Amino acid sequence: MENYKYILEVQDLHTTFKTDNGEVHAVNGINFNLEPGKTLGIVGESGSGKSVTAYSVMQILADNGNISGGKVLYKGEDIVQWDKKKMSEFRGKCCSIIFQDPMTSLNPVYTVGYQLEEAILLHTNRTKKEAKARAVEMLTLVGVNEPEKRVKQYPHELSGGMRQRVMIAMALACEPDILIADEPTTALDVTIQAQILELMQELQKKLGMAIIMVTHDLGVIASMCDEIIVMYGGRVCERGTADDIFYSPAHEYTKGLLRSIPTTSNSGERLVPIGGTPINLLNMPQGCAFCPRCDEAMKICLSEVPEEIRISDSHLAACWMNIKNMYEEGNADE
Amino acid sequence: MSNENEYVLKVDHLKQYFPIRSGLKTIPLKAVDDVSFAIKPGETLGLVGESGCGKTTVGRSILRLYQPTAGRIEFDGNVIFDSEEKINKNMQPYRKQMQMVFQDPYSSLNPRMTVEDIIGEPLDVHKLYKNKAERHDKIIELMETVGLNAEHATRYAHEFSGGQRQRIGIARALAVDPKFIVCDEPVSALDVSIQAQVVNMFEDLQKQRGMAYLFIAHDLLVVQHISDRIAVMYLGHMMELADADELMNHPVHPYTESLLSAVPIPDPKTARNSKRIILEGDVPSPLHMPTGCPFRTRCKYATEQCANERPELADRGDGHLVACWNR
Repeated sequence: MENYKYILEVQDLHTTFKTDNGEVHAVNGINFNLEPGKTLGIVGESGSGKSVTAYSVMQILADNGNISGGKVLYKGEDIVQWDKKKMSEFRGKCCSIIFQDPMTSLNPVYTVGYQLEEAILLHTNRTKKEAKARAVEMLTLVGVNEPEKRVKQYPHELSGGMRQRVMIAMALACEPDILIADEPTTALDVTIQAQILELMQELQKKLGMAIIMVTHDLGVIASMCDEIIVMYGGRVCERGTADDIFYSPAHEYTKGLLRSIPTTSNSGERLVPIGGTPINLLNMPQGCAFCPRCDEAMKICLSEVPEEIRISDSHLAACWMNIKNMYEEGNADE
Repeated sequence: MSNENEYVLKVDHLKQYFPIRSGLKTIPLKAVDDVSFAIKPGETLGLVGESGCGKTTVGRSILRLYQPTAGRIEFDGNVIFDSEEKINKNMQPYRKQMQMVFQDPYSSLNPRMTVEDIIGEPLDVHKLYKNKAERHDKIIELMETVGLNAEHATRYAHEFSGGQRQRIGIARALAVDPKFIVCDEPVSALDVSIQAQVVNMFEDLQKQRGMAYLFIAHDLLVVQHISDRIAVMYLGHMMELADADELMNHPVHPYTESLLSAVPIPDPKTARNSKRIILEGDVPSPLHMPTGCPFRTRCKYATEQCANERPELADRGDGHLVACWNR
């Protein structure tokens, strides 16, 4: 049965949204693989399609959204073809998600305990009493103090960090294989962010789930992820291990992004910003999505979408510059 | 009167309390409690802290968008507020010299005004032009200064992207040619690739015009980049104030130390090797402030003295100010 290498494989995924201004291609043919127990980071700016990718995997897109092509393989099975019933079992039991804003993703009129038990009763064969015990157990696991008292409280009685812990407890209550975290710490202060990130790493060690971390924060990505996908304009620019992306970036966008952020070492120097404005998905360029803002753009970048080429065993990038460099070095045989 | 050239802004023992009704009683929420600092002309003072620490309130109290509860504010050699001497000056002439850039470029621009009118409004208020043509020329010049296309003067704010809107907000602040700008989280709402554009612009404008900034932000790496000195606030109190690089490399206060260690560094090797100091628990409510040192409930070095007495901000040499009993 266990004849898969990856717990999740996304192949040529396309997601579109119908809007009054026309069809928006939010995700445009992306590929990635997730190994069991590993952490994958998806990084990009607003509108890059990183959240839509996560929602597409869970099939929780808005009504006007639709997976228009591609496959999402969970343990080798294509879940895009699954019916509603099978999908609702998939969510929670196989794959869970936590959102950016823990206040709006918890229901304000039910107690924390009720909301935790709901997920447990839905996905497991536990009785009500067992579910209650499990809820307390989960809150203890995520480091909520006085869990017996907390289950009777409403979300507004908890602080932001506590609410995010409750969300994580809820997501992990049915022991999923994959946890998707969509900007889990963006709404939190740095000291609370550090607590939550530490907690997620600890839980991963204990429970062994794989994590997909969706964020715009390169700092969070660097400290959490084994592998990284950089997205721009609904496409994958570059993917590889954390070291590949940070120390030998092979896409002009990634390079620009790394140059533009302040770090502890470049405080005296001037930042090198990426020019232009973020992409408008309704008005996508014909070629590479990044080419209107790219300093190195060539003729071919304007007209043709670059294909993903392999830089090393773990490292892939979709940028014409790499092909140009290969020709210049005289070893272009593909 | 102090030497006019030394400080553009001097704040002494500023207190800003807000009355909160709780049942029949009204209790004060001490948003800012006894904060003192000074900013030199052309200098950038970074102000950092977690949400609710009072950093935005400090900025707003200085501009007197709130009526301060107590303290003394001196701007460019003139006392504009002093609770003891009952000085409470009309702010209108001073607003020409001190301006503010807000965090949210979406809600800080009036959606029913064109860019021309938004940038022109401070010119109207302070009557800084003789005729329509001069007003127009000034607006076009300001738009070009902040890198906006002058042809877009008749557009409305919603037609611009987040980064461009923040530029409109900056142009509005520059319109009166101020000596001092309070920048309240001006890049927090922007995408990473746009942040650098705006940070660079702030630096360039400062070089050209010699303005001083109070740069309020929670992103420590951005603050370190832009600031000459950095002040750290916690629960309405100032915990540490020092030269930017000194504070980032040699923090003294335990709170600063844990705050810095919590910042995720965008470098996988450093991240793997560094150890985060995880603070227990949450920030206490400012309505139920701990006695003594405000940070003692989360501090692992806390002693009995910390519970009884509040530490004063004291100089540890070279202008490195720290408020802690144990360090």
